Amino acid sequence: MTTEQMTGAQALVRALENVGVDTVFGIPGGAILPAYDPIFDSAKLRHILVRHEQGAGHAAQGYAMVTGKVGVCMATSGPGATNLVTAISDAYMDSVPIVAITGQVASSLIGTDGFQEADIAGITMPITKHNFLVTKATDIARTIAEAFHIAATGRPGPVLVDIAKDALQATVEFEWPVALQLPGYRPVTRPHSKQVREAARLIVAAERPVLYVGGGVLKANASAELKVLAELTGAPVVTTLMAKGALPDSHPLHMGMPGMHGAVGAVGALQRADLLVALGARFDDRVTGKLDGFAPNAKVVHADIDPAEISKNRHADVPIVGDAREVLADLIVAVQKEHEAGRKGDYSDWWRQLQAWRDTYPLGYDTPSDGSLSPQYVIERIGRLAGPDAYYVAGVGQHQMWAAQFIKYERPGAFLNSGGAGTMGYAVPAAMGAKVGAPETTVWAIDGDGCFQMTNQELATCAIEGIPVKIAIIDNGNLGMVRQWQTLFYNARYSNTGLQPQAGHAAKRIPDFVKLAEAYGCVGLRCEKAEDVDEVIAKAMEINDAPVVIDFVVHKDAMVWPMVAAGTTNDDIKIARDMAPEWENGD
Amino acid sequence: MSLHTLSVLVENKPGILARVAALFSRRGFNIESLAVGTTEHPDISRMTIVVNVEELPLEQVTKQLNKLINVLKIVELDRTASVQRELVLVKVRADAETRSQVLETVQLFRAKVVDVAPDAVTIEATGNRDKLDAFIKVLEPFGIKELVQSGLVAIGRGARSITDRSLRAIERSA
Repeated sequence: MTTEQMTGAQALVRALENVGVDTVFGIPGGAILPAYDPIFDSAKLRHILVRHEQGAGHAAQGYAMVTGKVGVCMATSGPGATNLVTAISDAYMDSVPIVAITGQVASSLIGTDGFQEADIAGITMPITKHNFLVTKATDIARTIAEAFHIAATGRPGPVLVDIAKDALQATVEFEWPVALQLPGYRPVTRPHSKQVREAARLIVAAERPVLYVGGGVLKANASAELKVLAELTGAPVVTTLMAKGALPDSHPLHMGMPGMHGAVGAVGALQRADLLVALGARFDDRVTGKLDGFAPNAKVVHADIDPAEISKNRHADVPIVGDAREVLADLIVAVQKEHEAGRKGDYSDWWRQLQAWRDTYPLGYDTPSDGSLSPQYVIERIGRLAGPDAYYVAGVGQHQMWAAQFIKYERPGAFLNSGGAGTMGYAVPAAMGAKVGAPETTVWAIDGDGCFQMTNQELATCAIEGIPVKIAIIDNGNLGMVRQWQTLFYNARYSNTGLQPQAGHAAKRIPDFVKLAEAYGCVGLRCEKAEDVDEVIAKAMEINDAPVVIDFVVHKDAMVWPMVAAGTTNDDIKIARDMAPEWENGD
Repeated sequence: MSLHTLSVLVENKPGILARVAALFSRRGFNIESLAVGTTEHPDISRMTIVVNVEELPLEQVTKQLNKLINVLKIVELDRTASVQRELVLVKVRADAETRSQVLETVQLFRAKVVDVAPDAVTIEATGNRDKLDAFIKVLEPFGIKELVQSGLVAIGRGARSITDRSLRAIERSA
């Protein structure tokens, strides 16, 4: 054990170094200022100065997603801390391990409405896995160790550590390693063998099983095991928005993404299944549609590391608490034993049905007849030209769904997006964090023009810090997904969804994204015609010494299909406006 | 809906009550009663929470509570296998004319008078919910001026203790 006398701030930085942090995204300010002095000297920590704390939070998420490590963001008290809230909430919904470190006013001022005081521990209580308020320098090192342990283990999630300024300034004996004091924290990772055997028995006895795979499989690095189980059983697989790439999209057993904008084959598979094997998935309303009409004839095996997810929305006939990788590894063995005993599932009729859906209702889109650019085409081409090795980071809305539908994901973790929280503005800073975490890999942000304007200040960070991300703005001049709902459900009354000057104004773009990119020290490109798409993407791919922003001006009336309207059941999925699939047609 | 009594052992640290209370409100669970206090071990506090839910949401309540890092253990205490008590302090109008009737009621319910004024008495009563409800009902005609109740506290019958194992966890981590 090492013991050394230092300030609380130095202890903080040393503890961060000792738990393996190499990158911190943040902005200094009054209360956190003591910490920035030792950060200045640290040879192990790279601090990336962002332009808005929300950007720091999403960057920490992007970094965590590509490295598998805990992402770190730092901010001062009051507004600095509250600006992190959206990103923390996002990380909570999508189980992303981040640690947010915030300065707090001196402990003598806490509760007095001091300058830049906000009860950030209170504010983030419902959106963190856990949080701490540290008022004593002696608690700093241990709390940091505990925060990283909690963030990274069990079901990952955000942890906030709020540190009073006087604790940072006080002198302390720094001791390392520290013993964690978390008597109430014991995540279960080993699945119960009896439950696993029961699940295997159901799988081989089923006629129409589906492996319903969620983000937990990616978090657990269980893609290899998933592939083995899928091929062993021959059961179809659907991967949710959070699980894209858990099984390669090109794999013959892959039925695509289920949910509100899922493939007909994937949605149909869930609806007609007699057994759902949910792995690291949480039966989100965007997947189930109206809950009481979801997969009405299916028994449910539900495996998740978080016991509270099991039977939360849908009753689980076989609950399995455990890490997805361990569950899958055990399931493989259990299914093999069933096979050896001569019990093997026969899903050939099921596959005839599935194949018919797949053939009849492939994902597709119309090309606008007026010669304007199709947004789906742009996204599809980026995916094709950048290939499966790149990271793709989407914002939230139509472009996000198209990025999920028309880019082929062949490896786990290649798609980053804000799934549970649906945070517009996620893409630019998350792409920045991803690029910092994986500097040798191409990172494309697929963003909307609405999303982009929420967090594009981080272009400055990218340009100055040498983070050459590529940002494709799918620019339809509108809040496209909201507009789509207005088209479908509000009689095409486009209340407050247009982002460009309305008729009568001079036809100029506000803002001009190319000029904006250039003003931020990035390369700005624009593309308005289908025939130029490949060329502009190629040009962006050639530039590796600066961030590139491409303004793809696309048709504003393109819609995301298929769609299960909110509040309806998955059976009511439409493949286009007023067009329902014929479920039994393929028999 | 039905009432369930949960004994929740938590680390004795600041802010835990807020975490538990906030969890109930954001998940839409109704707390009927909540009582907190220290236990035989200074590092462990015990909350007794009465919730009004069906079986299935109750499972969610306990699972969500278990996810709180500072929660050590949750035990549902069955009414028949535990002793459950509440305390009530009630200020009742009692003048020369009614005082003897009030005191008789106090005796009947094995309650006790803890303060006397010329036109009122303050009574302390303990018991389970049913007894206290009956007691208050009988007092109502005299005129209840003020009433305050503790939350319910409960402890399992028999020799076994629910704190033993949690204590070991605390000692291990210390």
